[in-house]
Amino acid sequence: MQAKRITLFAGHYGSGKTNVAVNFALRLAAQGKAVTLADMDIVNPYYRSKDSAAELEAAGVKVIASAYANTNVDVPALPQEMYSVTEDQSRYVVLDVGGDDRGALALGRYAPAILAENDYHMVYVFNASRPLSRTAEAALEIMAEIETAGGIPFTAIVNNTNLGKETDWETVLASRAEAEKLSQISGLPLLFTSVEESVLPITERENQAVFPLKLQKTIW
Amino acid sequence: MADKILMKGNEALAEAAIMAGCRHYFGYPITPQTEVAAYMAKRMPKIGGVFLQAESEIAAINMVIGAAAAGKRAMTSSSSPGISLKSEGISYMAGCDLPALIVNVQRGGPGLGGIQPSQSDYFQATCGGGHGDFHLLVLAPSSVQEMADLVAKGFDLAEKYRMPCMLLADGTMGQMMEPVSLTETKPEAHDKSWALTGTKGERRPNIINSLALQPQELEKWNEDRFARYAVVQENEQMAECYMMDDAEYCVVAFGIAARVSQNAVDAARAKGIKVGMIRPITLWPFPEKVLKAAADKCKAFLSVELNMGQMIKDVKLAIDCKKPVGLCCRTGGMIPSPEEVLAAIEKMQKEGN
Repeated sequence: MQAKRITLFAGHYGSGKTNVAVNFALRLAAQGKAVTLADMDIVNPYYRSKDSAAELEAAGVKVIASAYANTNVDVPALPQEMYSVTEDQSRYVVLDVGGDDRGALALGRYAPAILAENDYHMVYVFNASRPLSRTAEAALEIMAEIETAGGIPFTAIVNNTNLGKETDWETVLASRAEAEKLSQISGLPLLFTSVEESVLPITERENQAVFPLKLQKTIW
Repeated sequence: MADKILMKGNEALAEAAIMAGCRHYFGYPITPQTEVAAYMAKRMPKIGGVFLQAESEIAAINMVIGAAAAGKRAMTSSSSPGISLKSEGISYMAGCDLPALIVNVQRGGPGLGGIQPSQSDYFQATCGGGHGDFHLLVLAPSSVQEMADLVAKGFDLAEKYRMPCMLLADGTMGQMMEPVSLTETKPEAHDKSWALTGTKGERRPNIINSLALQPQELEKWNEDRFARYAVVQENEQMAECYMMDDAEYCVVAFGIAARVSQNAVDAARAKGIKVGMIRPITLWPFPEKVLKAAADKCKAFLSVELNMGQMIKDVKLAIDCKKPVGLCCRTGGMIPSPEEVLAAIEKMQKEGN
């Protein structure tokens, strides 16, 4: 897949946007591209892309995040540097958008410039294991809400169906029909299916439609 | 796996409340529990329930008093500073013998504190949580599944003993996502003839208040309530024992601290240290029986907490200070690493021999 200059990952909260965005940025960096990962989440207090900042920066990815992410300061502030996402067109950008329409609201400020440049993919992250977005129809509703709030129409879908640490390949296979249905009813291409790398069967390792993810380890 | 879904702890407890028959939620947003209110706001209107964002925490708990007095399964949720605001209402509920579920997804304190996880409201939850002589039932989940399971249990216990019940979680529990399997639960049938449901001209009015005109009368109320608490203490203690059969040392930890400690116990076992863990699930009533039994076998105890050392006092009381009790703690939103807990276990072993 030919990467656009800006790739935005948005969707229902808890769908795994941050994990997909972090891994996507690492992949672009591995291809030798100059990449910025911008954390635009103004909703989630914990488990943010800033948790992966050390790994991203070691791989050469520049990280833009609120100075208040992962602190005790609970304010929905974005740094001034966020403007470089649209103003510096020499770099690839991966945008980690906050969950749901509320999270996508902050995107509106940057939408006109992103639309004017017209070199972006607005990607909906689908997780059929999340209770309020299990079906293609429910996901389509959330997509419409996000588009209204963020001001950018979706251009693609990725299937990130997972059950956290209990994800197995069956979980992923079982979600395929629903992800394809979402692609059909939305008229948008399914870019890839993302799967935690240890879950991926050997037979699927060469499959270009599957995107292996490395996840942060927890201490519990 | 088809029946499992991926949920945040906050969402799981909200859905579990709906499945347990709760149709009255009164809340006010505060990090890290806002997802409870957000989830209820989406779901309750679709099932004919009530979601009401009150003008304050104080208003919300008083609305819970009203709904509970009418015999309904009612709940509220908040995080530490918000629970302090609710504490007057919680005391009134205890005084009125009203059942309800109060969720505290704890964050660091005191004062405004922070938004990161904490267990520093242990004293507040287990020693009453408001003025006057009273107790709450206090349940401490340590997984998203248990967040859900203890909601139905909490409502049932609250109605059985006519006591408010607190689900004491922390920010990590509320925010973490894990697979969960939810099933509709049928509320236990408990007598609610005390509820304010309208006399329909067929009975004398029920009165629910916490006003006793005579001191003798108030003393009697307190004594009756404590007689009931004694039954709760006898019958409702819950704890999980991990590797305790041959344990010479015992870690005591609840909630997220127990998750981290379990990894430390595994690492210590790999090093040949005979250590186990008791994980209190009910913080009140504190699981004294299982601790007392452990005191006869174990050489030393280690309390692991996300505070400056609160549960450690209950551990010492439970074992009558028969054995030394050490403390491994982090606070302010910090979580001890399994390595820190392992080092504390090794220190306990060295000092115990």
